[in-house]
Amino acid sequence: MKDSKKTKPGKPGTATAPAFQLRLYVAGKTEKSLTALNNLKRICETHMAGQYRIELIDLLLTPQLAAGDQILAVPTLVRRLPEPIKKIIGDLSNEERVLVGLDVQPLRD
Amino acid sequence: MRRKASSATDDHPSIPKAPTGIKGLDDITGGGLPAGRPTLLSGTAGAGKTLFGTEFLVRGALEFNEPGVFMMFEENADELTANVRSLGFDLKKLSAQKKILLDHVRIERSEIEETGEYDLEGLFIRLGHAIDSIGAKRVVLDTIEALFAGLPDHAILRAELRRLFRWLKDRGVTALITGEKVDASITRFGLEEYVADCVITLDHRVDGQISTRRLRVVKYRGSSHGTNEYPFLIGESGISVLPITSLKLEHRVSRERLSTGIPALDEMLGGQGIFRGSSMLVSGSPGTGKSSIGASFVDAACQRGEKALLFAYEESADQIIRNMGSIGMDLEKWIKKGLLQIHSSRPTLQGLEQHLVMMHDTVTAFQPSVVAVDPISNLTLDRDETAVKPTLMRLIDFLKEQKITAVFTSLTHGTTSVSASEDSEVGVSSLMDVWLLLRNHEHNGERNRTLYVLKARGMSHSNQVREFILADSGIDLVDVYLGANGVLTGTSRVTQEAREQATLQMDRQDYERKMRRFAATREAIELQISLLKSQAEAELAEMDFAVAQESAREDAAKSNFDTLSKRRGGNKAGNGRNNEKA
Repeated sequence: MKDSKKTKPGKPGTATAPAFQLRLYVAGKTEKSLTALNNLKRICETHMAGQYRIELIDLLLTPQLAAGDQILAVPTLVRRLPEPIKKIIGDLSNEERVLVGLDVQPLRD
Repeated sequence: MRRKASSATDDHPSIPKAPTGIKGLDDITGGGLPAGRPTLLSGTAGAGKTLFGTEFLVRGALEFNEPGVFMMFEENADELTANVRSLGFDLKKLSAQKKILLDHVRIERSEIEETGEYDLEGLFIRLGHAIDSIGAKRVVLDTIEALFAGLPDHAILRAELRRLFRWLKDRGVTALITGEKVDASITRFGLEEYVADCVITLDHRVDGQISTRRLRVVKYRGSSHGTNEYPFLIGESGISVLPITSLKLEHRVSRERLSTGIPALDEMLGGQGIFRGSSMLVSGSPGTGKSSIGASFVDAACQRGEKALLFAYEESADQIIRNMGSIGMDLEKWIKKGLLQIHSSRPTLQGLEQHLVMMHDTVTAFQPSVVAVDPISNLTLDRDETAVKPTLMRLIDFLKEQKITAVFTSLTHGTTSVSASEDSEVGVSSLMDVWLLLRNHEHNGERNRTLYVLKARGMSHSNQVREFILADSGIDLVDVYLGANGVLTGTSRVTQEAREQATLQMDRQDYERKMRRFAATREAIELQISLLKSQAEAELAEMDFAVAQESAREDAAKSNFDTLSKRRGGNKAGNGRNNEKA
């Protein structure tokens, strides 16, 4: 997280682009940011393992990126792919709503 | 100029202000918006909030060297650029020069899912970045209330807005936040709770089918400000507010006199016309020649080589030129020379206030020395007079301050009775320095015009009623005759003139005859006198002769006596006879 931009948790190795390209915008290392990132990682691993890529963008370091994705609130998770673009704001603490927002069918065992 | 005026308003240093550059607003606020603080601009839909914000930034960038960020939540940059281009604001160019930064914040409720805690740090960062990238001193948020529609959690939003305004203050930018006015509250979502330094409302009211835009400074912490509602206009070059309600009457006056263009009228006004910078009201019933007096005044100004402005609310410019041509005035040549401008519009085009704003702007742009308004009574259409007076007062004060001489014509309603025509003018006449009253006289099967000076402040003026004549060669005034049936004009006057001429002639003849008779009598008497004189002289001569004869005879008698006495030796009796004769 410290080296910001392109942290790729999950499974890197796949040659083809992952189906879910996600961007998480945060502003500094706040509690909310950390909570959001941890929540996101957990949800992704649980429900779409191997099919996602997460970009973490710290707006304190790259403020010019805020305008591009129309970011107002932080943390904001942007689903850039598949289209259409979806945004989920908040610390992603409600897993169910995150999945609804990402349009992902929850995997229940 | 404006800023200087503001700093001179009071001796105590007021809070620092950021001039808006919007015509008139800086006068009301005593210099502009509070510098480095947020100001709330609230208004109904279509009241001109976005335009106000844009002008604030554009003027700031161009005139005061303060770059600005326009963060818009409703329109996008291209739309805004297109919308304000017609007002001469080239946002594209200003953006390229990094004087203005346009940032469109788009919030789609449908795209956003909300889960867990968040804040609006993203917005802060984005705004902060925009401010830093061009070194902005000004920020407009138009309108941040859109966030309420986009973000479901209003509790978070409100807390964040409070933080935002605090943050803007800390950054020291002069911010303008717009909000939509609904019914009683200043903004729909109560932004006034957070932005409390300065609140300005814009209003767009329709009264008698005529819309008027008004601006009011509701509150201005730490500064005095005008509290009235001021009409404003979105004109060809942006917003202009009409602030003039001079509480002080301290304009310097001129002693120079200006001709009205009618020599006989100048004669009535102490022989020199009216003072420069004064205002003249010409009132009268229809067809009494009000417009002609107005036009002649304008014509006279142009002849002196001064600039004149004519606002016409009844006739088009062409029509005026044609009509005035019929009484020997060629206004067209002045227009070609650039000395005269005629602005014609229907009074119903806009409200009175906006007309005045328009006049204000035109006068400021053209800088004439003479202004004619023909007629003001049309502007007051369907308006109650109490509302009209203050607005006209603003115009008159403004013109006086600029040392512009003004002529207003006013239509009085039909009636010919003096008191009625005076009553209907009470609203504005007290503001005027000179008041001419034109009246129609119907008598002896014809209608004639008369004119008199009802008042003329500070100059001797004629108390006479004059007949007012519009001829091919121009306007003239002639003396009227007072007959048994009142004032005689037109053919009655001519008849009366002839009659008096005849009487005069007869009198003269009579006199001459008398004088002749006197002379003849005198001559006869003198003749008699000389006759008597010569008679008297003859008598005198006769008497002398008699006396001489007598003494001769006495001498002779005496010598006879002596001779006899010598011969007789004395005789008493002879003595006695002698004594008897003597």
